[in-house]
Amino acid sequence: MTLPDNLASKLFGQTPSQTVGPFFHYALPWKGGADLVGQSDLGARTDLFPPEHDLLNASSPNGTVKGDRIEIRGTILDGAGHPVPDAMLEIWQANAAGRYRSADDDRDHLPLDEGFVGFGRSSTGEQGDYRFRTVLPGRVPGPGNSLQAPHIAVSVMGRGLLKRLVTRIYFENSEGLDDDPILNLVPVERRATLIATRENPQTYRFDIRLQGAAETVFFDI
Amino acid sequence: MSRDIQYSREDSNAQPPSLFPEYKSTTLRSPSAPLIRIPQTLTETTGPTGCWDKLMGRALADLTSQHAGVPIGQRIVVSGRVLDENGKAIPDTVMEIWQANAAGRYIHVRDSWDAPIDPNFTGTGRMVTDEQGRYSFTTVRPGAYPWGNHHNAWRPAHIHLSLLGPAFASRLVTQLYFPDDPLIALDPIANSVPMPYRQRLIARFDIESTQPARALGYKFDIVLRGPLATPMERSA
Repeated sequence: MTLPDNLASKLFGQTPSQTVGPFFHYALPWKGGADLVGQSDLGARTDLFPPEHDLLNASSPNGTVKGDRIEIRGTILDGAGHPVPDAMLEIWQANAAGRYRSADDDRDHLPLDEGFVGFGRSSTGEQGDYRFRTVLPGRVPGPGNSLQAPHIAVSVMGRGLLKRLVTRIYFENSEGLDDDPILNLVPVERRATLIATRENPQTYRFDIRLQGAAETVFFDI
Repeated sequence: MSRDIQYSREDSNAQPPSLFPEYKSTTLRSPSAPLIRIPQTLTETTGPTGCWDKLMGRALADLTSQHAGVPIGQRIVVSGRVLDENGKAIPDTVMEIWQANAAGRYIHVRDSWDAPIDPNFTGTGRMVTDEQGRYSFTTVRPGAYPWGNHHNAWRPAHIHLSLLGPAFASRLVTQLYFPDDPLIALDPIANSVPMPYRQRLIARFDIESTQPARALGYKFDIVLRGPLATPMERSA
């Protein structure tokens, strides 16, 4: 009996997810992927493959990005509390005016920012650490007439993750936290896992715990 | 005005669970609390448009011409379409790929298997779908390789695929497998997807796209989560 395959019409539907595995570093996290506002190579791990096999792009914003520059840093930890050195994070956010660089955000009265895409990617380091440089996003609409607090959408991928985990970064003491329509769906005692703590005026800390005590809230979107 | 698109949810039949104990690395890396279901907002229904070259860089669709010499291995051309669940083509979206060489070795310092490195093969590429959602890339067929998950564990030959699609909600990372590979049935990563949905990950050999005296053709379509209904305009 021949089994159906990818092109079998009776099997048509969502392609199943598979893990990104441990060896994505020479393919996915481009140089500057984690620096949405500057000229650095932040985000790539060029120490993990020979230089003659470096085909990664080096990406930098063109022009000055508007808004309050921030750094977000943290550590990804597994269920035993050990750092996860082979994970990859992606972020997606609005610009400082609250506009997404997307064909599906057609709120033309809000400015786009030529130098700012709002999509970033970072591998984790040997200690499970990551850093993004970006701007504080503006507020965007939520369901109905609600307004969401400033936030950044996050995907977590890695060896041992058969499908991505989705979470959000909110910001300590920012406006709208108490009324945020998404945060209000999260049990009060777990909300803190979604709120980056302010270490100094420009730096926020956001650790991600994949499992166990103080496990980060992950969303079904 | 803003387009009020809503995407279908994850198909829980077709998608693997986060915890699949046979794949040992999932045991400490899968959440223990249930996911919290949230409505899709503009954050989830938008994604970066028309700026792939600024981010991942220019297209690299021929993995056999990235170095001075020709890589060793069976040359293949993989092509297909990127579609949504309604069967609609997804144009202008980026697909990134990576793989082991023909001997099953990755160009990565953490791959400690002693199969040979091929100096003429890196094993990474990226392409943007055309207006009909089509893509194509040329590479060599990757080899199988051993891993430490269990005694005598071997990964079936596979190519990693990463797609963004039009929205944060449509993001997908997956793996393409080859037909008639006996290792698939023994592989806990492939087997995390229940039958018959696992078969969606098996490419098809295709004589039509086989290039005479050059490369064997394989076809593989990717189906991303799609809009639930025709987008409706609403007042902002």
